[in-house]
Amino acid sequence: MNNPPTINPINLKALQRRDKHAYAQFVDQESDRIYRLALKMVGNIQDAEDILQETFIKAYNNIDGFEGRSKLSTWLYRITVNESLMLLRKRTDHINHIDAGIEVAQGEILPRQIIDWCCLPEKELMSRQTRAYIAEAVQTLSNSNRAAFLLRDVEGLSTREAAEALDISESALKVRLMRARMQLREVLTDFFTDRMAKDVK
Amino acid sequence: MTHKQDEQCQHLLENLGAYIDGDLDPACCDEIEAHIKTCHDCQIIVNTLKETIHLCQWDNQETKLPKEIRQRLFTRLALENDVRQDE
Repeated sequence: MNNPPTINPINLKALQRRDKHAYAQFVDQESDRIYRLALKMVGNIQDAEDILQETFIKAYNNIDGFEGRSKLSTWLYRITVNESLMLLRKRTDHINHIDAGIEVAQGEILPRQIIDWCCLPEKELMSRQTRAYIAEAVQTLSNSNRAAFLLRDVEGLSTREAAEALDISESALKVRLMRARMQLREVLTDFFTDRMAKDVK
Repeated sequence: MTHKQDEQCQHLLENLGAYIDGDLDPACCDEIEAHIKTCHDCQIIVNTLKETIHLCQWDNQETKLPKEIRQRLFTRLALENDVRQDE
């Protein structure tokens, strides 16, 4: 799990006083994670940069409203996700989401393909092509499933924190998360099955 | 290719998320692990699902904030004098 790195404690009172040094420290500590989340939410660098900037501007302007009921980082993730969703709703080039796995009941998705690709060598699994494919695959998820997956599995928030950041119940978070996981598993199975076939030839 | 399911496979699929997340009670977890040992298809589902998550985490760790984007962020926030990272 990609746990947040150990960081210096942020002085919330100093942030609320609009102390520039505290704010710079806050931006310094959080900007990498916020950029990665934005990039994976919206799928391109230009939009991710806009969201990164807007997130910290909104955080600066609204820090008085932060009541400390969640972690500061969770609150920041929430702003990032909301900014991303706003931008995605404005896009006209809607992506057709994949139909991978068979949903039989709420949250339960039957696997479509059962092919063991975990046996591939590490250089095959962790290649540049895999990264490019993962980037595309994550974009094929619905916006809400993608947000759940990125916060819980990729950023390593707890179920409760991820649900808080998305303002949904924990059970709703779990449903979205499993849909995303199973869809990605199917898409990566397609990708690696193809690679395995090429290896055989 | 599809998975021919019996009751135990169904039980695993219903609890797959909780199993992956370590949220199952020990008795249920033991049952599922005993089943996985004997069911090759379920073993593949669990392993490929875990590896899917692992690869997405790896990809994320490889993603870095470009220096120029970081610099523009600090400039936009009027924090350029406080940039602390070495360029």
